[in-house]
Amino acid sequence: MKIDVKHVAKLANLKVKDSDLPKFEKQLNEIVGYIEKLNEVDTEGVEITSQVTGLENVTRDDKSTESLTQEEALSGSNKTHNGLFKVPAILDNE
Amino acid sequence: MNNINQLSIKQSLQGIKDGHFSSYDLTKACLNQIEKFNPEINAFIIVNKKALDEAQDADDNRSAGEKLPLLGIPIVLKDIFMTKGLRTTAASNVLKDYIPQYDATVVKKLKDAGAIILGKTNLDAWAHGSSGENSDFGPTKNPWNTDYVPGGSSSGSASSVALNMAIAATGTDTGGSIRLPASFTNTVGLKPTYGLVSRYGIIAMASSLDSIGHFTKTVEDSAIFLNVTAGHDPMDTTTTQEKIPNYLDEINDGVKGLKIGVPNEYINGLSPEISKNFEAVKKQLSELGAEIQEISLPHTQYGIACYYIIQTSEVSSNLARYDGIRYGNDRTHFGDEAVRRIILGTFTLSSGYYEAYYKKAMRVRTLVREDFEKAFEKIDAIITPVSPTPPWKFGEKADDPLAMYLSDALTVTTNIAGIPGLAVPSGFIGDLPTGFQILGPQFSEKLLFQIGNAFEKSQERRVLGG
Amino acid sequence: MKYRPIIGLEVHVELKTESKMFCRCSADYFGKKPNTYTCPVCLGLPGALPVPNKKAIDWCVMIALALNCKILNNSKFDRKNYFYPDLPKGYQISQYDEPFGIEGNIKLQTENKTIRIRRVHMEEDTGKLIHAEVDNKKVSLIDFNRSGVPLVEIVTEPDFENAAQVVEYLQKLQQIVRYLNVSNADMEKGDMRLEPNISLRSNTTNTTNATNTTNIPIEDLPKYKVEVKNINSFRFVAKAIETEIVRQTEILDRGEVPAQETRGWDEKKNTTVSQRSKEEAHDYRYFPEPDIPPVILTGDQILNIKKQIPELPDEKQKRFEEEYSLTGYDAEILIRERSIADYFEEAVKVGSKHNVTGKQIANYIINKKPDIESTVPAELVELVLATTQTTETSSSELKSAIEQTFLENPKAVEDYKTGKTQVLGFLIGKVRSLLSPYSSTSGIKEAIDEAIK
Repeated sequence: MKIDVKHVAKLANLKVKDSDLPKFEKQLNEIVGYIEKLNEVDTEGVEITSQVTGLENVTRDDKSTESLTQEEALSGSNKTHNGLFKVPAILDNE
Repeated sequence: MNNINQLSIKQSLQGIKDGHFSSYDLTKACLNQIEKFNPEINAFIIVNKKALDEAQDADDNRSAGEKLPLLGIPIVLKDIFMTKGLRTTAASNVLKDYIPQYDATVVKKLKDAGAIILGKTNLDAWAHGSSGENSDFGPTKNPWNTDYVPGGSSSGSASSVALNMAIAATGTDTGGSIRLPASFTNTVGLKPTYGLVSRYGIIAMASSLDSIGHFTKTVEDSAIFLNVTAGHDPMDTTTTQEKIPNYLDEINDGVKGLKIGVPNEYINGLSPEISKNFEAVKKQLSELGAEIQEISLPHTQYGIACYYIIQTSEVSSNLARYDGIRYGNDRTHFGDEAVRRIILGTFTLSSGYYEAYYKKAMRVRTLVREDFEKAFEKIDAIITPVSPTPPWKFGEKADDPLAMYLSDALTVTTNIAGIPGLAVPSGFIGDLPTGFQILGPQFSEKLLFQIGNAFEKSQERRVLGG
Repeated sequence: MKYRPIIGLEVHVELKTESKMFCRCSADYFGKKPNTYTCPVCLGLPGALPVPNKKAIDWCVMIALALNCKILNNSKFDRKNYFYPDLPKGYQISQYDEPFGIEGNIKLQTENKTIRIRRVHMEEDTGKLIHAEVDNKKVSLIDFNRSGVPLVEIVTEPDFENAAQVVEYLQKLQQIVRYLNVSNADMEKGDMRLEPNISLRSNTTNTTNATNTTNIPIEDLPKYKVEVKNINSFRFVAKAIETEIVRQTEILDRGEVPAQETRGWDEKKNTTVSQRSKEEAHDYRYFPEPDIPPVILTGDQILNIKKQIPELPDEKQKRFEEEYSLTGYDAEILIRERSIADYFEEAVKVGSKHNVTGKQIANYIINKKPDIESTVPAELVELVLATTQTTETSSSELKSAIEQTFLENPKAVEDYKTGKTQVLGFLIGKVRSLLSPYSSTSGIKEAIDEAIK
C-alpha cells in the first residue's frame, strides 16, 4: 500500500510543500511497508484492545463550577475581537 | 558541604533536616550547575526565575513546622507538563510562546508536596523521538560524552538529573521516552503502569499509551517521587481507583526467591557490548538470590509495527487541536517528524484503511498483552536491556526515521501492554552508560523498586562531577 | 407523481443539564458574555481530558427508551475527526458503532405511519461562529461558550414521504423530550437543530415497493442523497424539503442525477444553496476515544432509567380519551404540553366534587385558553360552573325568576322603566338570589330588558 501524501495531508489540515513530497513519500512508504508486517499475524477471533485499564463507567455528577475568565480564555491568542476569537472569514460555500 | 547538587532526594531531605544546608543552598547549587553547563548541554528550555524565592519560602515554611514529602527539593519538568504562568512549548515552534492557563495535576501534586520547580526541560518536539535531536530549540547533549545523544524523548530531564542540574525530573514514556534516556545517562527512569499517574495537563502524544513518570538518581528516590504523583485523579477517567501503597515499604526486601524471566526475543540481535552487559546483570541478580528463567514473549517482533500504527493514529488526532486559533502558532509550524506522524496516523485511520491498519493493530495489541499475562503466571518479573545498542552519535539516524523507530524495539511492548517498567543503570560501555529494565504486572511498581534497589545497592554509583 | 421522495432526518437535541458534557462549565450558555463559560477541556487546551457527565448519559438513554429503542449494554465514545474553527479539539467526541440506542420508532397519527429510528447517540456541541466585518475585513468570530454542551442526535431511517410527515414527527419528538424534562427544545435558542436528507426515487423502478408505505430495501434507495444542514425551525424544514423536491425533480426530468452534496437553507432567498461539496471531508476517521473508559449499561441500570420516564404523550392521549370520554382531537390538544395536561387532570379532580365532567373542563381549556399560571384549578372549576349554569338558566328558570322579582318589586320595575338605570343592579341581584350565584350578569340583564319591553 502506498500513501497518497498530498491527499492525506489535506485530510490532516497540513500543507506539505511540493518540494517536500518526494522525501515524505519515500520515508512514509518505507514505514508503511514495515508496519504491514502485522499481516503475518493471525488475528482471527482476537478481540481488540483500545484501552488497558479495564475500567468502565467512569463518570461525574452534573455539577458546574467556575470557568476561566474571558481574559484567561483569550490569553493565548492575539487575534481576538470584543471577547471573541477571530479567524479569516469562513464561507459556508467554500 | 560541597556539591550538594549531587545528592539524592533522600540525602537532600536529610541534609536540610539536619541543618547542613538549606533548600535555598540546594536550589542555588543546582542553578549554578545549570548556568555552568546548560549552554553546552541544552537541557533547559526555560529556567524558572522565581526558583530561589520559592526555595526561600520552602525554608521559611520548614522553620514554621511544615512537613511535606518533597519540601524544598529542586526538580525540573519535561516541557510538556502544563505550568500555569510558566511557558510550555513541547519543544515545538507551534507553542513557542504559549503560557498555560492551568497546572497539570502532577505539577499541582509536586508543588503541594513542596517541590521547587527549577525549570522546563528540552525534549524531542511533542515527545516524538528517541534521541533528543528532534527539538525545535536544538538537541540536548549527553553529558557523559557530548558527541552522543542522551536518548529521547525526555532528553533534557535525563541529562539534567545525570549532570546534577536537578535532584529529580519528570518525564513521559509513550514508547520508551523515559527508559531509553535513563539508560543512556546513568539515571533511574520509571514508566509507571498506565493509569497510575494522572495524564491531566500533560500534552497528549498517544492517549492510550502515554505514561507519566520520572528520572531520579536512585531507585529509592523513584519510590519517594511516585509516592507523591501516583493515584486517582477525578480529571483523568483512566486513572486507577485503587488505594496507593507506600512504595518505600519492602524496598529493602531483596530478590531472594524471586523468579525473574528473560525473554528470548529480547536478547537476539543485541550489540555485543549490550549483550555482555546484560549477562552481567543476570549474573548479579542471580548471585543476589533471584531465580533467572528463560521465557518467551512470541509477539515481541510485532511490537514496533503495532506501536507505530496505534501511536501515530492517536498522535494525528491529539495534534489536531493545534490550529493557532485559541493559542500558539498555526499548523505550518510543525516540524518534519510531527508531519510524518500526523500523515501516517491520518492514513491508518482513514476510510478504507482503518480495518487493515488500526483495527488490526488493536488486535495484535491484545496478543502482546496476553504474552505478558501468560508470562506473569509463572514468573514475578521480567528483565531485558533497554536499548539494543549503546547511545549513538548525533546525526547517525536523523535522516532515517524507520531506523530511529526501531531503536524502541525493546521498550514499546511495555506501553502496548500498559505494564510498568523501571530502567536501572547497569554500568558503562566505554564512557557511555547503559541500563536494563525491570518489567512487572500492572501495578507491581513496589516489586520493581524492590528488585531495582537490590541491584543498585550491589553496584558502585558513578557520579558526573563538574 | 413520477418520483417518490425518500426523506430521512437527523435531529440534534441540546440537553438542559447544569454542566457541560465533558467538563464542569455551566451548560446554561445562552445569551451570556462570549468565552466566559470555558475551561481547559471545552476550549481544547493542551493536555486537557474529558470526564463524562452521568446525567447526560442517563438522559440520552432515557430519550432512546422513550423512542422505543433497544439499549446497547456495551457502549463507548468515539472521536470524530474533522477540522473546523468552531471545533476546538479538531475532533468531536461522539458515538460511532456503539450508540446508546438503536432501532426505535415514532408513530405518526396521520395515515398511522411509523417512522423508524436508526440510532440515538450522545455527543458534544461545537462553539458558535459569528460572521462579521472588522476593520473592513470579513472575518469569523468564535464564541466557545456552547462548546461541549451535551447533544443527543436522533437519526431516522429514510421513512418520510413528504414534509408534513416530517413536521408531525418533529412535533412529537419535541413533545417527548419536553415531557422527559431533559431539554427545553426551544427552537429559537437552537435547542433543536434539524438536518433532513432528501432524494427522489423513480416510481417506475419498482412498482411492488412503490405502494408500500415504509421500509424500502436499501438496494432500492436512490444513488444520491442531498443533506440540508442545520435548520432551526419546523417551517423551514418543510420549505427546504419542498424546495428540494422541486429542484431534484427538474434535474431528474433533464435526465441527470442530482449531486450528492450538503446544502444549506437560505432564509432570505427562501431556497436551499449548495454549501460544500466536500466529499473528502466526509472521512471522519472515527476511532474509540482512548480518554474515556467504555460505558456498560446493565439491565438494572436501564430499568432504573426507565422508571423515571413519565407517561408519554401517546399513552396520555389514549388514557384521556378513555378516562374522560374525550375526542381524539381534544385529547391531543390537551397533551401537547405536559403542564396543561397535568393542569387539566388536577382540575378534573376538583371538578368531580361539583359534578363537573372532564369533558366540560376540557372544552373550557381548549376554547377559553385560561392562563394556567394565574388560575388555580379550583377557580377554573368555578368558571366552568359559571358558564354551564348561565346557559342552563337562560330559558324558563330565568323567566320565572324575573316574573317573581317583578311581582315582588313593582316600584323598582317602574323606576327602571322610567330610565332610573341605577336600580338595575338591585333587580339583577334579586333575580340572581333566586338562581345560582354563578349566573351571568349580562344574561340576567338581557332577560330583564326583554321582559320590560
